[in-house]
Amino acid sequence: MLSVIVFVPLAAAAVLAAAPGVPDRWARWAWLAVSTVEVALVAVVVAGYDTPAAGGLAFEERVRWIPSVGSSYHVGVDGLSLPLLALTAAVFTACAGHAVREEHRPRAQAALFLFLEFTCFGLFVAQDLILFFLFFDLSIVGMYFAIAGWGHGQRARSAMKFFLYTFLGSLALLLGFIGLYLAADPHTFDIPELVAAAPLAGSPGVGGLVLAALLLGLAVKTPTVPFHTWLPPAHTDASAIGSAVLAAILLKMGTYGFVRIAMPALPDAWRAWSWAILTIGVVSVLYGALVALAQTNVKRMIAYTSVNHMGYVVLAVGAAGVVADGAREARELAVTGAVTQMVSHGLITAALFLLAGVLQERTGSYEMDHYGGLAGPAPRFAALFAIGAFASLGLPGFSGFVAEFQIFAGSIGATWGAALALPGILVTAALFLRALQRVFTGPTRGKSHGFGDLRAHELWPVAALLTLALLIGVVPWPLLDLVAPASATVVDLVSR
Amino acid sequence: MQLAALLPEACLVVGAVAALLAGSFLPRTRQWGARLIAVTALVASGAATLVVLGDPARTVMMSAFAVDTATNVVRLVVVAGTLLVIGLGVDELAGQQRESETYALLLLSALGASVLGGSNDLLVLAVAFLLTSIPLYALIGIRRDAGAAEAALKTYLLGALFGILLLLGLTVLYGVGGATAYAALADGLRTAPAAATAAGAVGVVAGLMFKAGGVPGHFWVPDAAQAAGTAAAGFLTTIPKVGALVAVYRLVVGLPDTVAWSLLVAVIAAVTMTLGNLAALAQRDVRRLLGWSTVSQVGYLLLPVAVAGRTDSALPSLLLYLAGYAVTNLAAFAVVAAVPERRTVDDHRGLAATSPWLAAALVVSLLSLVGTPPTAVFLGKLTVFTAAWDGGLAWLVVVAAANTVVSLFYYLRWIGPAFRAAGGAPQDGQRRPYALVAAVLAAACVLALGLAAGAVSPVVEGPVAR
Repeated sequence: MLSVIVFVPLAAAAVLAAAPGVPDRWARWAWLAVSTVEVALVAVVVAGYDTPAAGGLAFEERVRWIPSVGSSYHVGVDGLSLPLLALTAAVFTACAGHAVREEHRPRAQAALFLFLEFTCFGLFVAQDLILFFLFFDLSIVGMYFAIAGWGHGQRARSAMKFFLYTFLGSLALLLGFIGLYLAADPHTFDIPELVAAAPLAGSPGVGGLVLAALLLGLAVKTPTVPFHTWLPPAHTDASAIGSAVLAAILLKMGTYGFVRIAMPALPDAWRAWSWAILTIGVVSVLYGALVALAQTNVKRMIAYTSVNHMGYVVLAVGAAGVVADGAREARELAVTGAVTQMVSHGLITAALFLLAGVLQERTGSYEMDHYGGLAGPAPRFAALFAIGAFASLGLPGFSGFVAEFQIFAGSIGATWGAALALPGILVTAALFLRALQRVFTGPTRGKSHGFGDLRAHELWPVAALLTLALLIGVVPWPLLDLVAPASATVVDLVSR
Repeated sequence: MQLAALLPEACLVVGAVAALLAGSFLPRTRQWGARLIAVTALVASGAATLVVLGDPARTVMMSAFAVDTATNVVRLVVVAGTLLVIGLGVDELAGQQRESETYALLLLSALGASVLGGSNDLLVLAVAFLLTSIPLYALIGIRRDAGAAEAALKTYLLGALFGILLLLGLTVLYGVGGATAYAALADGLRTAPAAATAAGAVGVVAGLMFKAGGVPGHFWVPDAAQAAGTAAAGFLTTIPKVGALVAVYRLVVGLPDTVAWSLLVAVIAAVTMTLGNLAALAQRDVRRLLGWSTVSQVGYLLLPVAVAGRTDSALPSLLLYLAGYAVTNLAAFAVVAAVPERRTVDDHRGLAATSPWLAAALVVSLLSLVGTPPTAVFLGKLTVFTAAWDGGLAWLVVVAAANTVVSLFYYLRWIGPAFRAAGGAPQDGQRRPYALVAAVLAAACVLALGLAAGAVSPVVEGPVAR
C-alpha cells in the first residue's frame, strides 16, 4: 500500500515527462487528479492505521535491495510519519490546484512536482538509511529544478546556492549514516535495527561525532541558525508552489530526521548534547523572529518566520533529551508538540506562500511599501492572508496554538531554559500584525490600485489548507492520539 | 590450459590485428568492416570472460598473471567501456581517414588495460604499462591538428618520464625484494630495507598514477581530453584508469608494513581529488571540465586502495566504483559526442528544449559523477567511503565528502544552462544517432547499476589470487 502511494506519482511523472504530445490542459488536470488520488490513498492508510506496538511499524514492507551493504527497501509508517504523509498529500494537492492556470511549461512542471511528491512520500515512509538518503537527495535535485526553471529574479543563483548548501548537509548526513552503519554489529542501514541496537551507546567520542554529522545535515535542511542563509533567497526567487512545497514539506525532512533517526539511534549522544540543541532551537526562534520583523519583503518575511517556527521544533526535541528520567509527561508533550508543529507549520506556511505568490503574479513585487490598503480592492485576498497570519502567530483555535502550547508546556516542564524562547511568540505576533497593517489597511495606494482579487484556483487551495489548520486547532485529538504513542516511544528510546 | 585462461586477451589481440589488416584492404567507404571486427572481438572477449566469471581464483604463467574476480571485472568493464566508446564514436569516426587504425589502437590499449589489471608480476606490469600507453599517444594525436599534436606530445613526454620512474621503481623493488612475482616479492620485501622499499614503491605508484591520471601524473589528462577526438577522449579518461587502479591495488596490498604505503596513497588521493576539483571549477570548455573531473574521480577511487588489505570491503568497493565510474563518464562523453558543436558550458543553453533525451542523459551522468542516489557512482561512493572509514581513514572520507560538495558546483554550471532558453548557443549540426543512443543507453545503465545494486554486488566479491 505504501509503495503504491510512493510510486504512483513517479509513474505519472514519467508518463508526463516522456509524452511530449500531452496537451497542457491535460497535464495540469492529470497532476491534480493524481494528487487527489494520493489524498484518497493516504486517507485509506490513515483509516486502516492501528497504532503498532512500541517501536513497531504499520503497513510495513521489506524487500531485498543491496544485501551486500545491509540495505533493503524497507518502508513503514508510525505516528511520527503518518501525519507528515497526510500533510504531503494535502500540500501537493493544494499546489496542483493552484497551478491549474499555469502557462509556463505546465507539462514539465506537473512532471517535476509529481516527482517531488514521490521523493517526499518516499522519505517519510523510508525505514532504511540509504533509502532515506536517496529520497533526501532526490528532493534536493527536484527542488533545484523547480527554483531554476520556474522561479524569478536571480533564480539560477538562488537555486545553485540552495543545491550547494543542502547538498553539503546531505553529505554530512551520509557520513553520519556510514558511522552508524559501521558501528552496528552486524553492519546495517536498517533504521529499526539501528534504533534497537543504539550502536554507539558505549562510545561517547565517536557517538558525539556521528551525532554532529547528522545534526549538521539535518540542521541545514531544517534550517536552524546559523545554517539558514540559503532559505531566504531560495524562497524569494522560487515560484509560489515551489516555495510552498519547500517550506511545507522539504523543511520537515530535517526535523523529521531528528525524531526518526538522530534521537532514537543515538540516545546517549543526544542526551549529552541536548543542551546545545536546545540552545540552537532558542536562538533560531528568537533570531528568526527578529530578522523576520526587519524584513520589508513579504516573502522573505514568511521565509524567516519558517526559521522561527522550525526553531520551536528543535527546541522541543532538544528539551526532550535534557533529563534522562523524570518529567516524562512533559517531554512526551514536547515531542508531540514538535510533530504537531511540523504539520501545522506545513499547512499554514504553504497557504501563506501561495498567497504571497499572488502578489508576484499580479504586480511582480513583494515589497510591503509598494502596497497599502489592499483590503479595498482585494477583500478575499486580505481576509485569507489575515487568517493565515493569525494562524501562523499562534492564535488559539488554529493548529499553531495547539502545537506551540504543547511545545512550551512540555519544554518548560523539562527545563526552565526553554522559557527563553517565549519572546519569539510575541515578536512573531508583532511582525504579522505590522505586515497586515502595512499591506492591507489604510488608503489604497501604490500597486494596490487595480489589484485583482483572488480567483477560484487561487482561493480554494488556500482555503482548504487553512480549513485543515482550523480543524486541527478546534478538534486536535485525532491528530494527537495518532502522534502521542509514537512520541512516548521516542522519549523511551532517548531515555535509554 | 594456461593459455586458455588468457582467451579474453587473445580475442583483443586477434581483433586488433584483424581490424588493422582489414582496414588496409577495405575502401574508405567500407571501413565499417573493421568496426564490425572490433566489435566482434570485444563481444567475444566479454563472452569468454563471462564463461569463467565464477571460477576459483588462480594465477597463470608462472604466477605472472592473476585470474580472479578483480581481473574478470576489469576485463568486463574494459570491454563494455570500449564498446561504448566505439558506439559513441561511430558518428565521428565513420568515413574518416584512419578509422580502422583507430579501432586497432583502441583494442590494443584496451588489451593493455586488461593486462594491467591482472598483472601479478612487476615485469608484466611494465609490459602492460607500455601496451596501454603507446596506442594512447597515437589515439590522441590521430586528429593531426595543432591542439592534438600538442596534447600528444605532452602525453608522450610525461609518459616517457613516468615510464622511466616505473621501471626505476620496479628495478629497485626487484633489487631489494629478490623477485618480480608479487607473492615472492612480498616475502622478500619483509626483510628489505624500508627506505629502498619505499623509494621503489613510490616510483611504481607514480608510474601507475600517470596511467590512472592521478597526481603527480595527471597533467596530460585535461589537455588530451580537450584536444583529442571525443571517442578517444572518452576512452583515455576511462579505460586506462580501470586497469591502473587495480594494478596499484595489487601492488600495495603486498607491500610490507615497514613502509607507510597507506598514508602515501591516502595523501595522493586527497591531493588528487582536491586539485582536480579546484582546477575543474574554472573550466568553461566541457571536455576540459570532464578531463579535470576525471582527475578528481581518481582521488575518490584511491580511497579503497589506501585501505587495501585492511578491510574486506576494499576491493569490492573499488571494483564497484570503477564499473560505475566507467559507464557514467562515458555517458557524459557520449552527450558531448552527440552535440560536438557545443564546446563550452554556455553553448549547452537550450539543450533540453532541442533534445530532451540528451539533456536527461546529461543530468543523469553528471549527477552520478556528483554521487547522487540512485546512480552507479553513488553506490561506488557509498561503498568506498564505508571501506575507507572502516579501514581507519575517516579523515580522508571527510576530505572526500567536502570535495564532493565542491564538485557539485561545476557540474551544476553545466546542467543549469542546458535547461535555460537557447540564446546565442550554436546550432546543432547533423544528427548523430549513434552517439545519442549511446548516451541514453549509458545513462540507463547508470541508473540500472544504481538501482539493481543487489544483483551487481555479488559479482565484485571474491578473493584475490596471489
